[in-house]
Parts: sequence; structure tokens; C-alpha cells
Amino acid sequence: MTLPLTTIVLLPLLGFLVNGLLGPRLGTRLVTVVGCGLPVLAFLVAVGAVMQLEAGDGAALVETLFTWAPFGERSLDVALYLDRLSAVMVLVVTGVGSLIHIYSVGYMKGDEGYARYFAYLNLFLFFMLLLVLGRSLLVLFVGWEGVGLASYLLIGFWFDDPAKAAAGKKAFITNRVGDAGFLLGMFVLYAALGTLEMDAVNAAAADGLLPAATATLVGVLLFVGATGKSAQIPLHVWLPDAMAGPTPVSALIHAATMVTAGVYLVARLAGVYQLSPEASLVLAVVGVATAFFAATVALVQTDIKKVLAYSTVSQLGFMVLALGVGAHGVAVFHLVTHAFFKACLFLGAGSVIHALGGEQDLRRMGGLARRIPITFVTFAVATAAIAGLPPLAGFFSKDEILWFALAGEQGGLLLFLVGAVTAFLTSLYMFRLLWLAFLTPSRMAPEVAAHVHESPRSMTGVLVVLALLSALGGFIAVPHYLEGLLPLPAVAPGRAAWHLPLALFAVALALGGLAAARHLFGGEARPAAALAARLATLHRVLTNKYYVDELYEGFIHRPLVWVADRVLLRVVDRLLMDGLLHGVASLARGSARALVRVQNGQLQRYGWLVLVGLGAGLLWTWPHV
Amino acid sequence: MLNWVLFLPLLGALGLTVVPAHRNDLTRGLTLAVMGVQFVLAAWLYGQFQAATGALQFETRIPWIPQWGVYYHVGLDGLNLLLVLLTAFLGPLVVAGAFSAITTGVRLFYAMVLVLQFAMVGTFLAQDLFLFYVFWEAMLIPMFLIIGIWGGERRLYATFKFVLYTAFGSILMLAAVIYIAYTVYTATGVPSFAIADLYRGGWSLEVQSLLLAAFALSFAVKVPMVPLHTWLPDAHVEAPTAGSVILAGVLLKMGTYGFLKLGLPMFPEAALLFRPVLMTLAVVSIIYGALLALVQEDIKKIVAYSSISHLGYVMLGLVSYDLMGIQGGIIQMVSHGLISGGLFLMVGMIYERCHSRDLAHYGGLARLLPGYAVFFMLLTLASVGLPSTSGFTGEFLALLGAFNAGWAELPHATWPLALAATAVLGVVLGALYMLRLAGRLLFGPARAPHLPLAGLSRREGAILTALVAAIFLIGLAPGPMLEKTEASALEIQSILNAARPAGGTP
Repeated sequence: MTLPLTTIVLLPLLGFLVNGLLGPRLGTRLVTVVGCGLPVLAFLVAVGAVMQLEAGDGAALVETLFTWAPFGERSLDVALYLDRLSAVMVLVVTGVGSLIHIYSVGYMKGDEGYARYFAYLNLFLFFMLLLVLGRSLLVLFVGWEGVGLASYLLIGFWFDDPAKAAAGKKAFITNRVGDAGFLLGMFVLYAALGTLEMDAVNAAAADGLLPAATATLVGVLLFVGATGKSAQIPLHVWLPDAMAGPTPVSALIHAATMVTAGVYLVARLAGVYQLSPEASLVLAVVGVATAFFAATVALVQTDIKKVLAYSTVSQLGFMVLALGVGAHGVAVFHLVTHAFFKACLFLGAGSVIHALGGEQDLRRMGGLARRIPITFVTFAVATAAIAGLPPLAGFFSKDEILWFALAGEQGGLLLFLVGAVTAFLTSLYMFRLLWLAFLTPSRMAPEVAAHVHESPRSMTGVLVVLALLSALGGFIAVPHYLEGLLPLPAVAPGRAAWHLPLALFAVALALGGLAAARHLFGGEARPAAALAARLATLHRVLTNKYYVDELYEGFIHRPLVWVADRVLLRVVDRLLMDGLLHGVASLARGSARALVRVQNGQLQRYGWLVLVGLGAGLLWTWPHV
Repeated sequence: MLNWVLFLPLLGALGLTVVPAHRNDLTRGLTLAVMGVQFVLAAWLYGQFQAATGALQFETRIPWIPQWGVYYHVGLDGLNLLLVLLTAFLGPLVVAGAFSAITTGVRLFYAMVLVLQFAMVGTFLAQDLFLFYVFWEAMLIPMFLIIGIWGGERRLYATFKFVLYTAFGSILMLAAVIYIAYTVYTATGVPSFAIADLYRGGWSLEVQSLLLAAFALSFAVKVPMVPLHTWLPDAHVEAPTAGSVILAGVLLKMGTYGFLKLGLPMFPEAALLFRPVLMTLAVVSIIYGALLALVQEDIKKIVAYSSISHLGYVMLGLVSYDLMGIQGGIIQMVSHGLISGGLFLMVGMIYERCHSRDLAHYGGLARLLPGYAVFFMLLTLASVGLPSTSGFTGEFLALLGAFNAGWAELPHATWPLALAATAVLGVVLGALYMLRLAGRLLFGPARAPHLPLAGLSRREGAILTALVAAIFLIGLAPGPMLEKTEASALEIQSILNAARPAGGTP
């Protein structure tokens, strides 16, 4: 194949066009074949491209497609770029993406928007591939905005419900706030270096062409964009609401791929961040704070998808923490393992919701382990993986993050401690979920309980594959594979020997979370309720997600609308500008009326006026004569 | 050939006089044909246009009033090329769009549309200041009639406001034109209105400032720039759909084009002096327009205020003095013409069905009119500036240019950079008001004042398809267009930069 990268990108676009334009006329089977077949094909082409990359001399594959905008000597080009970093991303996106497409066949069966669903999902894949394969920041931004659009459309997929449509809008606008930062960061880079091609930017940074202050500015501004897309504080608010979309969408877009775009962006521009310890510190602090904050909220949520959503926010925080301590390759590693186990968890949750006829409330579940065993086993594996139990995938990647937070040159004790507490909380809220949904006695309504059924094989098959990946994915040595591109930070002197104790400590944290969850939620006595009652205020704050939405509504949105309506529209536009105009108009009308009175037909009066005018004119011109 | 493009609509208007008054179908068909041919010719000229030079092409120069030095002088350059193409492209769409909406006084209506088309193309093509002024004023009359006769309930108030504002600007411009003619005559002994000669007018800074102030006020009313904008929402709301489309699609660009072609390069020293004010007002317009669009309940007003915001980007790009910014400004003019033209057409389509522009009356149109919803969403996304639409190309280049220029000026001046950075807020606000509009109109429980709704007709579908295709073309491949406009943009840029003190930035 001559243009493998272009082919990878265009295949899902073709799927979007076919299903989007012809849609319902194709019939369910053809929609399915197109909607799932093209992503799978893209995955196969991607595998081929990566093999081609590995067979080569290590140089990246580049396909320059066309010049988007020429300006004299300079130009903004559209080019695709495959190196090991984008290779990892492309395989995850097309691989996990294809699995979720296949899962969707069963999940969305019978939905009236079936063709539209697959069209949107393929559109998402197209933009996501553009994002990870773009050579220039501009192409990445096109994908960045495009996945945002697909996310908007899919969150509001069931648009008859105003709440769902509103959730889509919230996601788009929150991301736009981040995008403003992204744009500014891009502008600074262009103004400083005259290029937006990321390999050139990294090379320029390595050559010392980028002053450290500029690197900090770029780093922080682009990270503002990343806080939007990757749901970091303070722009995390859209992700939990995004759960309004169909569950496979939550798995694909809002867990495995799109939300990791911010992490990819930073890793892609590692050269810039390596120049700026200040920007990296911002990342580390925001990342660990987000991880901790979201984990605490996840502890008390009762909607199964909301728990997973906050868990995603928290895990993204871990990735950003890894970026912040300079361990870019480790961040990508956690991105990959997270894609496996979180996709498995979301799809498992989807299977639960499917089995219960739409029920998402953990308080009305329980006892599902025997009823839907495949879902349970795969879910349990993924839960153990995210909790960090060895030898499952999450253990390896999270252990590495904690290690570099503790021992890396840019690490610090506080970062490590908060990270460790969060690791414990992760295990706690995940096993809480496992117990409440699967292991406690049933609290289902009888009519729901009567209809519980295991999902079709197209869904459980995907769950099994993802569970295997969650179990074994940790053995893929992603940081090592990427080390040429993303060197790992040096370990602070004297700390090298701490690695084994740390690993044991991390396992202890995970087991501690498991034990605590079993104690609090597993038995008949339910000490959890008592604890919640004792800490009622804290419980309320957590249940309400620290009231962040209310804060934004009260301190940003409402004042903005108030100023626009009461000040700008009513005072400035109507009172001042229109008032002035009306004033001028009535002045003109008034003076016209006065002049009309002068014209009263009396010749004598006219004569006087002529004389007065003449006299005044003479007096005025006198000095000039 | 260029003269054909210009005069064809006028001939068409004359031709309409021999069509029997009751033959509405014939009137519509003839007008559509004239506009269609004009577009084909304009597209052919666009294809033939040579990119390498900033000189005038397809030029015609004939003495008109020789004793005053007035010439009929028209020609294409990189500055007006795309705007003429835009005007010719929108022409047939406006005509076809009005087929079902205008049922009384059809012949007069289309005659006015054709005359307006003539005057607008003439304004863009004029290379003689006198000729420019004549066409400029000539646009006012048919627009006045279109709003005044076929407008809504408060059309008289709207036309009054529209005329008062524009006439105010025009008088100042006329005074400036007369003064310019007088000084040229006294200085050289030969009267001349040739715009190219006026670029090197050689007036003192004081005189330049007064002249630019006069031109700038006139142009700023047309753009419109805050605070001279309050005529626009009223004019749009009361105008029939065709009037709104022409107004937003083309007329507003007269203001920005005026700055680019006349205001800035004729008085470059004064322009440098005015630049902080103009740039500030551009950014204020971006944000102010967006905020006001956010609190409107009338669908048309939302689109109207969005125009103020979007043309702010044009002005920002132009006064950045950066090549990318100027080019972005030009693209943004075209893009806004397509997007807001399309949005106004779509508002008209729903108004024809339901006789309401009140957002509160609607919901769930995605359920009731799926085809309509798809097009409305596409236009919304273009308006929001999503990449791969023209809205992104224009906004992005204008902002990048402004930022680039501001960065380069950094040691001396921080305000250009600060303003460019502030303008980026418009990207957020744009999403806020457009998604509010689209969300309330298209999503949620389905309702509309008149049910059931007829789906999009083939005519409506064709109009919208053409617009959306153009929007994506400029979004995906603006390269060829930028190449054709670059030489002229560079020329303007070099005139503007020549006024800068030595040691200033390139």
C-alpha cells in the first residue's frame, strides 16, 4: 500500500459518508458491515503501517497530502506522521475502537438511530485518527475539534431528552474554553518558531531555539487545552455529564480514546515540556489534584456510569501526573492499559444496564454475579486491573507512575503521597462498585430481576477480549518501546533501591482498598451507611461533586448572561445608543417644527429675518474684508 | 467580460419591465437566469484571474466626466475578486430563496434585487473614487425599498434607522471625497479620482486623520462596528429573508472592504494612528456581538448579532497588518457571507412554515424536519468555526495573523498582543450562543407553532447544498483562493507598513 496513513484515516470517513448519507436506506445488515468493517480494516492497515515503520531505519513515515494555506515562503500543510508514539495511539484507537464498534451492534440493536449512530461513531474515529496522525499542530487541532463534535453529537444522541442535549452542549462549550488556550498556545509557537509541525517544534526545542519562558507559556497554554479534552480540574465538569450518551460511546470516546488526547498532546510535544520544569510542575499538581478529587467523588456516586466517569477523570489525573514528573512514556503506558480496562469496565456496565433494561442505579442492583457470569468475571478482572493488583495491567502502569512521582528528579514526596492515597481510593471505589452490583444480595425490582439476561455473544466476546488485554496488557513494555522518543526521567540519587518496597506498598494499597470495600459494602451490616451518616456533611459535599457545577453556574454563567442582558442590551444598546439616535431624531423633528412656525407667511417677518441675517453675516466676515 | 458581469443584472432589471406584471413565474425565471449567468461569468473570470500579480485585471477605463477627471474605471484585483464571486454566488440563491416568500409586487421586488446586485458588484469593482461613491449610494435605495415594502411590522422604524445611520456616514464620506478631489486638483492641476493614485496622496497627518475619520465612520456604520451597530438587528428583523441575506451576505462587507481598499491604504499614516482604536473596537465587536447574541429570543436577532461578532474578526485581521491576518480577513468576509446568508435563509424557511421567529416556540426540529436539522447543524458548526469549514479558515487566520503581528511588536507595544489574545474569547462565546440556538431549535421535545411541517423542498435543499459545499470548499482547501488574493494583500500590506517609523516590525 502506497499511502497507508491516508488510508487509515479515510476508511472511517468513508464509513461516515456511506452510513450518514444513505443511512436507513441501506438496511441494518449493510449499515453494520460498513460501520464495523471499515474500522476493522483501518486496524489491519494500521498494523501493516506499524510493521512497515518497524522494518524501516527508525525514521517516521510521513505522507504530505496538500498545502492548506500558503503564505509567501511559509505554508500550513496537511501531512500525516507515524512514529512509535503515534503508532501506539493508532493501534489503541483502531483496535479498541473496532472492538467497541462490534460491541455496539448488539447494544444498539433496534434503536431507530442505528445508522446515524454508526455514522457518528465512524466520524469520531476519522477525527481521532487525524488527531493522532497529524504532523502539524494544526492537523491535530482539526482532529481535536472534530472528536469534540462527534462527542457532542453522541452525548446528545437521544436528543429528544433536553437533559441529554444539554449535556452534549456542556461538553462542547467546556472544551471550547480549553480550546481557547490551545489556540493561544499554537499561536505562540507559530509566532516564536514559524512552524506548527510538531517534529520540527521538538527539534527546535532540542536545538535551543525556544526560550525557556516561551516554552513555559506554550506548555501552560496547550495544557489548558488538555484540561478541557482530558477533563482535568477545572474543566472536568463535562465528562460526568457526558455519560448521557450510549454506553459504548462512553467507553470509546469518554474513557479509552478521546479523553486521552490531552495526554497525547503533551507527550507529542515532550520537547517543549522538557524545557520547562515550571509547566511540568503545573501538570503534576493539576494531575494529582484531579486524581484525588475525582476519586473521592467516585466513592459516593450511585449511578454505575458516574462512578466510572469519575474514575476516568481520576485515572486521567494519574496520566497527567506522570507527564508532570517527566515520565511521558509512562503516561502513555497508563493511557494504553487504561484504554483496555476502562473500556472493559464501561462495556461491562453497558452489559449490566442492558441486562437490567436500562437501570443504572447501584442501589437497585446486586446479586448479578450468578445471573450474568461472563459480564461479572470480565468486570472483576478489569476492576482488579484498575485497582492495581498484580500481575494485571493497571498494576504495572500505576506502579511506574508512583515510582517516578516518588523517585524521579521532578517528583516529590507530596505528589507521591497524594498519588498513593488516590491509588487506595481507586481500589476502594472500584471494589465498592463490584460488590454493590454483583456480589451483595439482590435489591432489584422483581420485574427487573425476572428479565435479567446475559448479553449476546457479540457483546460478551468483546468483553472477554478486553478482559484478557486488561490482564495481560501490563506486559507490553510501552515505556521501553517509546524510550527513544520519550526518555524516562533520571531517578534522584539514592532512591533507586526503593523500587521494590514501593511496588509492595502499591500492592498493599490495592489490597487495602479491596478489604475496606468488602468491610464497608460487602457484609449484611453495611457499615457504609453508618459511616455516611457520621460524616453527613462530607458525604453531601461529595455526592454533590463539591458543588463545582453550581459554582460555575452562579459565578460565571449567570453573571455573564446578566451583564449581556441587563447592561449591554438594555443600557448600552437600547438606552444609550438608540436613545441617542432617537434624541437626535426628535431634536431634528422639534427644530423642524420650530422652523415651520417661522414660515408664517408674513412678509414683514421675512424682511426682518433677512436683515438680521445680513447683519450677522457682515459682522462675521468684517475682520476678513 | 467584467463589464458583462457588472451590467447583466441592470439589463435584467430593464428586461423585467417588459414582462407582464402578472407573470410572476416568468419574472422569477428571468431573474434567476440572469443571476445564474452572472455567476457563471464571474466564476469564469475567477478561473482566468492570474495569481502572480497585484495589478488590476480585466480592466476597463473610459472617461465619464472628463472635466472633473472622473472615469468609468473597473477592474478585478485580489481584494475584490472573492467578494465579486461571493456576490454573484449568493445572487441566484437569494432569488431562488424568495420564490415562495415574496408573493406581492413580485416584479418590482426582483427588479430591486437586480439593481442592488448591480450596485454591489459596481462598488466592489470601482477603481475610481467618484464611481465608488455613486455605486455606494446607489445600494441604499433598493435596500431601503426592499425593507420598506416587503418588510415586517416595524419596517418603517427599521428603514428609518438604517437610512439615518448610513446617510450620516455617507455625508461624511461625500465631504471627504470632495475635499480629496479639490486637493488633488490644486496640487496637480489635473482632476483625478483614480484610487490607485490616491494611495500616495501625500496629505499631512492632520488632514489624513480628518479624511480617514470621515471614511472610517461611514465604513464602521456599514460593518457595523460597535457602537455604531444598533441599526443592524432592527434592519435584519424587519427585512424579508432576501433582504437579510443580501445585507449580511454582501452589504456588510462593503464596510470592511472599504477599510481594506480605501480607508487604510489611502491614509496610511492616519491609519497607523487610528489602529489602536480600530483594533480595540474590532475586539469589542467580537465579544459584544457574541454576548448580545447570547441573550436574544428572536432567532433572526441572534444571527444578526453574530454578524457583528464575526465581522469583528475581519477588522481584527485587516488592522493586524500581517499578511496572514489580512488574508484571513478577506476569507472571513466570504465565509461570513456564506454562513450568515445560509442561516438567514434557514430562518426564512422556518418562518415561512410557522410564522414565528421566537425561539421559545420551537424545539425538536431534528425530529420534525430531519433534513432541515442537518443543514442547520452544519451551518451552526461553520458559524462556530469548526475546522474544515470556512468559518475556521477565516477566524483562525485572522486570529493567528493578529497574534503573530502582536508578538512581533512585543518589545515596543503590548496592546496588539493583548487584544489578539482577548479576541480568542470570541471562540468560546461563539460556541455558547450558536449551540444555545441550535440546541433549543433542534433538540428536546418536538414542537412548533404550525404542525405538520412540510419537509425541505427540492429548491430549498439545492440552495442549502450549494452553500454548504462552498463552506466546506473554503474550509478544506482555501489554498487556491489565498494564492489569488496574496499579491494584492501584500501590496496593501506594504503601503500600510511603509507608514511605520523605521525600526518598526516588518
